[in-house]
Amino acid sequence: MQGIAEDLFRAESARVLGTLMRRFGNLDVAEDAFQDACLSAVETWPRDGVPRNPGAWLTTVAGNAALDRIRREARRLPKEVESSGLRDPSREPASLGADSEYDLALLDDRPLTDDQLRLVFLCCHPALSSDAQVALTLRTVGGLTTTEIARAYLVPEATMAQRLVRAKRKVIAARIPFRLPEGDELDERTAAVLHVVYLIFNEGYTATGTESVVRPDLCVEAVRLSTLLQQLLPNVAEVLGLRALLLLQDARRPARVDTAGRLVPLDEQDRSQWNSDQIAAGISLVERALTLGPVGPYQVQAAIAALHAEAPAAADTDWAQIVALYSLLERIAPGPMVTLNAAVATAMVDGPGAGLAMLDGLADSGELTAHHRLAATRAQLLELQGELARALTAYDEALTLVDNSAEREYLTSRRNRLVAE
Amino acid sequence: MKYMLLIYTNHENWESLTEAEGAEMSAAYGTFTEGIIGTGEFVSGAPLDGPETATTVRVRNGARSTTDGPFVETKEHLAGYYIVDCATLDRALDLAAELPDAKFAGVEVRPVGDM
Repeated sequence: MQGIAEDLFRAESARVLGTLMRRFGNLDVAEDAFQDACLSAVETWPRDGVPRNPGAWLTTVAGNAALDRIRREARRLPKEVESSGLRDPSREPASLGADSEYDLALLDDRPLTDDQLRLVFLCCHPALSSDAQVALTLRTVGGLTTTEIARAYLVPEATMAQRLVRAKRKVIAARIPFRLPEGDELDERTAAVLHVVYLIFNEGYTATGTESVVRPDLCVEAVRLSTLLQQLLPNVAEVLGLRALLLLQDARRPARVDTAGRLVPLDEQDRSQWNSDQIAAGISLVERALTLGPVGPYQVQAAIAALHAEAPAAADTDWAQIVALYSLLERIAPGPMVTLNAAVATAMVDGPGAGLAMLDGLADSGELTAHHRLAATRAQLLELQGELARALTAYDEALTLVDNSAEREYLTSRRNRLVAE
Repeated sequence: MKYMLLIYTNHENWESLTEAEGAEMSAAYGTFTEGIIGTGEFVSGAPLDGPETATTVRVRNGARSTTDGPFVETKEHLAGYYIVDCATLDRALDLAAELPDAKFAGVEVRPVGDM
């Protein structure tokens, strides 16, 4: 029962908080009221059974709890309530009263969808720092507890609690609006939301080895958030593109780490371990996204991931098409990591020399000199070219820069294999 | 002549005040404001929320970027302002000296230009 209830609370978090934000306009009030409703569910559901529509039940109970809290506060601190931006509940139209809310929540889905979107845009507002956006999105939209988020990000619970308190304080004090962006603004703000979900996924994806055992799965959370976004913005190409990318990358997760917790590179992975359902879903999504237009970076990355996923073996990879997609990506979303990956793909088509020339250009720009992947990639291409002494130097340089234990172990094994030869 | 009185403050100073001292500060601000409303010198004024609520907007090559902060590594921050309309700078400096926060961090006085 406990587990089922927790899953339901997570699943309903965005919907309940979205509705509460529309009614009460204050994130603290909304969150506290949702907590009250969850506690009440834990008490009454085992006795009375899970309601037919748990989301509507939680919304109703939380709405009543919020009204109680506001009335209590209003008696105690009338001035503060007035200045906190809270709406006066007595001025609400009767149709939104607590008694009818249950039916209302059942009747019409569109306002609920819009409220969830407003909540997502609020959590990912550019006035918040990236860390705050991530924490607030996982807490509010994802419905994770502070403890779970702290554990996922390997920080003390008190640190994460403080980060959330600060984020909420900024939302309230700076009056970050609960609204839907419009026109050009919508694209920009949607990109910010997608970036937050992408950051969450990457945090989970790069966390490997023994650490992953104790970490709640951020990859799964990110995929879940991307599912919600697809429901909320079903016709936005990049939303589908991101979801496709996450599904395709996540499909490879079982094969990315061996039984000893070591990182397995793409070309050495056991492809039978890839999740074929997720791959099929990812491929069909990216195909649909590309018909919607305009093409964006997540769609292109998903298309690249799809080409890897479609190859029965590493040797069957359509590198020529991957090179073409990377040059498209370099045009629409240039960045040092894109160039780095393009260099690898180019090496597979035109030989390691061509790839190394691209890496030289990247090194001259100075953008990735502190990142282990530049040196690690150079090492591998030099190895391919047969320049073993220079490859060894590059591996050593990469090892001084790497900070992830699984990647360090992988690079060490590559380096030692080279020495043994 | 219009001047802006920029009131800098220091959280530690405020937090070190007793409740009675805090009330005294607030009352002093009230008296000051009423005083310059009386003389006709008050144009506008307001306290600002803390720096943790700040957002900075920059436009570079036509693209807007928005960031949380700034969190400048100083103890003092802009806590509020008055715009006063008075005869001379000396009068504005006198008004600045009357502000309770002048005793702690400092009040910056600057002429306000015309739009």
